[in-house]
Amino acid sequence: MLTQYMVVSALLIAIGATGVMIRRNFMIVLMSLEIMINGAGLLLITMSYYIGNVSGQVMFLFVAAVAASETAVGLAIAVMMYKRKKSVDINDFSILRK
Amino acid sequence: MKVILLFIVLTPLIGFLINGIFGKWTKPVAGIIAASALGISFILGLFPIWSVLHGHIVEFTYFTWMPFKGLEVPFGLRVDYVSAVMLFVVTFVSWMIHIYSNGYMAGDRGYARYFAYLNLFVTAMLILVLGNNYLLMFVGWEGVGLASYLLIGFWYEKDTAADAGEKAFVVNRIGDAGFIIGILFLIYHFGSVTYSNVFPRAEEVLGYGSTAATIIGLALFVGAVGKSAQFPLYIWLTDAMEGPTPVSSLIHAATMVTAGVYMVARSNAIYSLAPVAQEVVASVGAFTAFYAATMALTHKDIKRILAYSTLSQLGYMFIGVGVGAYWTGMFHLMTHAFFKGLLFLGAGAVMHSMRGLLSIDLMGNLKKYMPQTAILMVIASLAISGIPPFAGFFSKDAILASALEMGHPIIWIVGEVTAFLTAFYMFRFVFNVFYGEEKVEGLYHDLHTHEAPPVMTIPMWVLGILSIVGGWVGIKFGGHIPFEWFVTHTAPTTEVAHEAHYSEALLMGISVTMGLSGILAAWLIYIKKIITADKIANMFKPIYTLLANTYYVDEFVYCCIVKPFWWVSTNFLWKIVDVILIDKGMVDGAGWIAGRVGRGLRLLQTGFVNNYAYWISMGIIILSGWYLVKII
Repeated sequence: MLTQYMVVSALLIAIGATGVMIRRNFMIVLMSLEIMINGAGLLLITMSYYIGNVSGQVMFLFVAAVAASETAVGLAIAVMMYKRKKSVDINDFSILRK
Repeated sequence: MKVILLFIVLTPLIGFLINGIFGKWTKPVAGIIAASALGISFILGLFPIWSVLHGHIVEFTYFTWMPFKGLEVPFGLRVDYVSAVMLFVVTFVSWMIHIYSNGYMAGDRGYARYFAYLNLFVTAMLILVLGNNYLLMFVGWEGVGLASYLLIGFWYEKDTAADAGEKAFVVNRIGDAGFIIGILFLIYHFGSVTYSNVFPRAEEVLGYGSTAATIIGLALFVGAVGKSAQFPLYIWLTDAMEGPTPVSSLIHAATMVTAGVYMVARSNAIYSLAPVAQEVVASVGAFTAFYAATMALTHKDIKRILAYSTLSQLGYMFIGVGVGAYWTGMFHLMTHAFFKGLLFLGAGAVMHSMRGLLSIDLMGNLKKYMPQTAILMVIASLAISGIPPFAGFFSKDAILASALEMGHPIIWIVGEVTAFLTAFYMFRFVFNVFYGEEKVEGLYHDLHTHEAPPVMTIPMWVLGILSIVGGWVGIKFGGHIPFEWFVTHTAPTTEVAHEAHYSEALLMGISVTMGLSGILAAWLIYIKKIITADKIANMFKPIYTLLANTYYVDEFVYCCIVKPFWWVSTNFLWKIVDVILIDKGMVDGAGWIAGRVGRGLRLLQTGFVNNYAYWISMGIIILSGWYLVKII
């Protein structure tokens, strides 16, 4: 059972990371990030159950809270971006380069 | 006692801070503040001296100054039989000169600054004298050097004064290098710099006549040569006369320049183990004594005559400590502080009423206008010439007698000849300035020459009395000499295998004859004029020219040391090392490299979020891969 759970979480992280790296739509990037976090969270809970130590599950609660707030901030940024450029394509926002 | 001892040092420091920080407002009372600080310091100093007189050495450690592994340097003060003498001389003479300065410096623009520096000097000097280890002595050593520099260049608008200060500083640095080397050797051999750790173990650690003892002795002596202006590092002292006269009196005659003598007497445990180093100390002292005395013969500037005389007398002190009779050096140090301090104060009084004129060619018969100064100068000159019962007689006689007893007949002869020269040049000075007839008609009237005010004459009288009675502690009393008994507690005389004994009366007789014949010669030439000074100068033209130009040493130093140094500095250090290597190579090069690297790294900054995410992921993968490899 453990192996399956670990494979699933690894897949989730890999899918999320790929999404972050190749997608240009900011909303999709945010969603991919969410997938990555959930992958990590799944691993935390699995290990916690496997070792018999509850602290991993407690940590997931914190991770979930952080993820929620991160999404809130991320969406707020997305709204601001859309207001400025009428676009959520992250390649339109390369001002850091200058 | 612990607090009293600390406050001996702190009181002048407080005076320095008050006058140094609030000088703008304390100006009218700056002199009073400074002089009272010294008065308090002197009175506090009597307590530990009293304790030492009763056989209790006072030593306290206040805190650990530099804790290292294997070397702990405490901040501690110590009054023993040697430093008690110094403590008395420094605080007392300084006090007198502070009072005198109130009159001498009155109306000067830098009145408060002057007294601030003077107090700073005394603070440093007291640290030098009272510190219970070599590093603390070095702190004071540098402190007095700084104060000396500041005071020589006190009238900094004058180029000559600023240059003289710089010269003193640079020449002293050479000596200080030797001193530091000596301290490092001590740390290497003893693992400590505290006197109470070093001296009792000196013989067991170093051994009699060992190379280590000789090196330490010589290195420390290089420091003493610089600070006490012995040959060949004496060149700064005569230029130091550019400072105000009380400064010359306090720093460049009575106290600071004797630091080297004090240091050698302090390190007696080491010097007694190094006969070679002792020989060098005594020989340099004897040579300087004679050499400087010859230069004093031809000078016309009253302060320079006294400056050369100081060099010569310091030479005597080094003879004393060099032959191993440390108490004689300390004794002459004390009496010299009294009479040379007085001589400079007298010269200052003359300058004061002559509006800064210095040449003996312009003076003559000043006793009519300045009777008190004239009497005091005669007293001081008799003292320095070694005429009994004045102070200088006892100390000089003690030095010369011990030089002979310790088996240095040549040094004794040089010393006796120098005694003749000393008496001659001092009375040349006295007869030319205070006796004879006025050389320039109506000059005194034009300058309103008058006696110095009481604030100046009273300290002079005090020193004058001490110039008479100060040597009486060297009279044999109940089988031993009180001063010898006192100092030899801390600085025992070196034991020699074949101590020669001579008739004391005979030696005294020779010394006194030398002094008296010097005075007589000066009297015949300058008062009786049986032969004029010019005629003698013409008879020995080459020698006279050599002496009048002070052996061309300054010229020699300029040609052979300063000029090549200058050339190397300009052509090599400036044009090659600084401009090409440092400016072009290192400074510009560092910027050039940073620019190139930055241009390369800029390519990584695409501004696309995906790229950043990609690099972050790559980093994580590489890092975790590396850890994985390590675990497996």
